[in-house]
Amino acid sequence: MKNYLSPLASGLKPSGIRKFFDLASTMEDVISLGVGEPDFATPWVMRESAIFAIEQGQTMYTSNAGLIELRRELSKYMAKHQGLNYSPDNELLITVGASEAIDLAFRTLISPGDAVLIPDPSFVSYGGCAELAGAEVRYVPLRAEHDFRLQVEDLQMAYTPNCKLLVLSYPNNPTGAIMNRDDLLPIARFVSENDLIVISDEIYSDLTFEGEHTAFANLPYMRNRTLHVHGFSKAYAMTGWRIGYVAGHEDIIQVMTRIHQYTIMCAPIMAQIAALEGLKSGESAKKDMVMEYDRRRRIMVNGLRQMGLTCFEPLGAFYVFPDITATGLSSEEFAEELLKEEKIAVVPGNAFGPAGEGHIRCSYAYSTEQLKEALNRMARFVSKRI
Amino acid sequence: MLTEDDRRLLHLLSQDCRLTPEEISIQTGLTPDYINKKTKQWEKDKVILKYSVLVNYEQLEEDRVTAQIDLKVAPQRGQGYDKIAQRFQKFPEIKSVYLMSGDFDLSLLVEGKNMHGIAQFVSDKLSPLDFIETTSTRFILRRYKQDGIEFFGEEERPKRLMITP
Ligand SMILES: Cc1ncc(COP(=O)(O)O)c(C=O)c1O
Repeated sequence: MKNYLSPLASGLKPSGIRKFFDLASTMEDVISLGVGEPDFATPWVMRESAIFAIEQGQTMYTSNAGLIELRRELSKYMAKHQGLNYSPDNELLITVGASEAIDLAFRTLISPGDAVLIPDPSFVSYGGCAELAGAEVRYVPLRAEHDFRLQVEDLQMAYTPNCKLLVLSYPNNPTGAIMNRDDLLPIARFVSENDLIVISDEIYSDLTFEGEHTAFANLPYMRNRTLHVHGFSKAYAMTGWRIGYVAGHEDIIQVMTRIHQYTIMCAPIMAQIAALEGLKSGESAKKDMVMEYDRRRRIMVNGLRQMGLTCFEPLGAFYVFPDITATGLSSEEFAEELLKEEKIAVVPGNAFGPAGEGHIRCSYAYSTEQLKEALNRMARFVSKRI
Repeated sequence: MLTEDDRRLLHLLSQDCRLTPEEISIQTGLTPDYINKKTKQWEKDKVILKYSVLVNYEQLEEDRVTAQIDLKVAPQRGQGYDKIAQRFQKFPEIKSVYLMSGDFDLSLLVEGKNMHGIAQFVSDKLSPLDFIETTSTRFILRRYKQDGIEFFGEEERPKRLMITP
């Protein structure tokens, strides 16, 4: 049936993670540091509110853009916590995860011939969604020597006049890097000079462990050039509920809402209700989780450095991205041998783009006991090689 | 006021008091020196009263019962609630003493080997005290959660996929 496939769709490469997933899934007693989601269950107040909603028969469609109560609360929340002002009526859209928001953004903005600047390494969906929307993807390398912060020189190198969009993603998956206001200002200038629109995926913003997160839309002149993508998956431990959101200029959000209306209708109501409860009363549960991640982050960085790996200090998300070149292995070799020898699963850095080569991504969304055991096994593995 | 660092330090210690200053240092970025000094100070100031273990005796099938005994008392001249409470706290059988709002004044948690033992304690030691007006004794049948720890029920460790983006 292959010749029935659309070349665009069949041309999509399987995510680099897939291969590893298949390998790891065949083995037993594996401690996996390969998971990009929290190990916490959703805070009970939120689960309880969804259970109650179901009992009350709240099982219907909501308005396309999402429950107005949720959009209102979100608008207030964003103003209070991120200094962002978006109208709940026409500048906010509730999506099925940040994933849907990313897909919609490309579909709404890409015309034939347009190019998109995407950092490398980065979350696997950007490239795929951009290609599906018909964009030419131009990767911009992030470099370890700059702590994986995006540099204007690298943007300039990758830029071509048909570039229309830039994807930003800080705190970053897979590196754990953050960019503060001073780091972002030159990027904002570059965006203005080249008349770009930015898709800023800030889904990990609450998981910032030093200083305050800066929302890109808050930089001078960036509000109308930015689609602010966010969601409840990470900070509220809500991955399975599938609730994200996107805020931006009315002209863009309204067209995104139209596509969403045809393809999705609306995000599931019980999940929207749980998210609403999270905004109202989930703050302390969220803070507790952030505190716990910070503690694990420090254990991981310390452990990896002690075994002799170079590991820059990740200040966001829940990943560490150590340099493994000292072992003489490639990322994939390292990950594969580590899995076979010590039954520890990590994700090779190049699964997130060629510039991730020489690194592995370790998630620390695990209990401290698991992390310590994993570090012990990794230390044994590394000591045989350096 | 507690600083954010000290709040974290106390939180970690109350989660797991076996952590060494070196381990806490790794997990918080505070120096072992600071941690040592701070905990010593807290011990001296009676901020940290004890490093304790939470035991689930039901798991051991040990005989042990706890009663909550609420008391209405009539404070006497020169004997406020504090005085009365201090008198109660001397009994080793009484594990907790609280001053309460509402219908009763003091609430005690009393531990014994069995119901009989506690009944004996109440009739021997408490009832004769003439400042006690009324008592209400209720036995705890099962402990589901204490000090933030769930005693029964499955631990929540949701199954995740092995590798996700
Ligand atoms: C950077 C980044 N953006 C978006 C997502 C997708 O999140 P959601 O569950 O909201 O679709 C992820 C999930 O791994 C992510 O790491």
